[in-house]
Amino acid sequence: MAINWFKYSSPASFYSLAGKLIPIFSIVALILFLVGLYISFFVAPTDFQQSEAYRIIFIHVPAAWMSMFLYLIMAGWAAIGLAFNTRLSSMIATAIAPTGAMFTFLALWTGALWGKPMWGAWWVWDARLTSELILFFLYIGFMALQAAIDDPRRADKAGAVLALVGVVNIPIIYFSVKWWNTLHQGATVSLTESPKMASIMLTGMLIMSIACWMYSIAMVLIRTRTIILERERHTVWVSELHKGTT
Amino acid sequence: MAWASLSDFLSMGGYGFYVWGSFLVFLICLVGEVVLVLNRRRTLLKQLSLTHEATKNEQNNETTT
Repeated sequence: MAINWFKYSSPASFYSLAGKLIPIFSIVALILFLVGLYISFFVAPTDFQQSEAYRIIFIHVPAAWMSMFLYLIMAGWAAIGLAFNTRLSSMIATAIAPTGAMFTFLALWTGALWGKPMWGAWWVWDARLTSELILFFLYIGFMALQAAIDDPRRADKAGAVLALVGVVNIPIIYFSVKWWNTLHQGATVSLTESPKMASIMLTGMLIMSIACWMYSIAMVLIRTRTIILERERHTVWVSELHKGTT
Repeated sequence: MAWASLSDFLSMGGYGFYVWGSFLVFLICLVGEVVLVLNRRRTLLKQLSLTHEATKNEQNNETTT
């Protein structure tokens, strides 16, 4: 069976597909958040070094992962939009930026609240923290640039170039703890080594991460649908869609 | 993990400010984003139905005159 992938590159058919997917992702996200929070506070034991303060890990690490993943995905869609001139890809990239910026902020915020009791400082100009802060500015810059250009297609292209240049920052964040002597600890979970933490803590962290994934997908789909409506409001299919709902 | 009491749970071994400060802001951000995203959609839908009504009225006027 051949699937026609191009069918969903049209905003009109993507719009209805996304509408069906949003409830699924939202419900799965909600359930996983509840399970993850239950593990974070009631199943995971007290850490022998950090006492209860380590529980911040259950949101700090997922937020930091999402901040990097979402940037790569955003840059990926922006690049497709730039290369193939597909409207929908650029709209998805635009829709990802606010959620990515929010997770970057949360990684920095929870990191500060974790750093204060453990390192004695809210903030240090260490490679990991600084490169994450630059990531936050990249998201903000991407959104500000797109908002400053009136023509949406030109805004897409300008944003895409900025997003692609910024990709260089992602490996810097990821490897910063290896390349430099940082106050920030090394990777707790790595693809090449076995994790350096108790399995229940790892389970809780992974569940919270998947919950963040599902949440982000739901948010991006809703925002993409809104952007589609905003940009295609003068087309026939939107006005027909509207006759149906009102 | 069993907590002895509610106050024990809230104090988080003396790190209550840091732990709850993290989790509360996390929650506020996620819920806040949901509210903002849904609001943006609702406002747009309202605008669209208004413009749609307007064009329909225009068409009606054109046919009657």
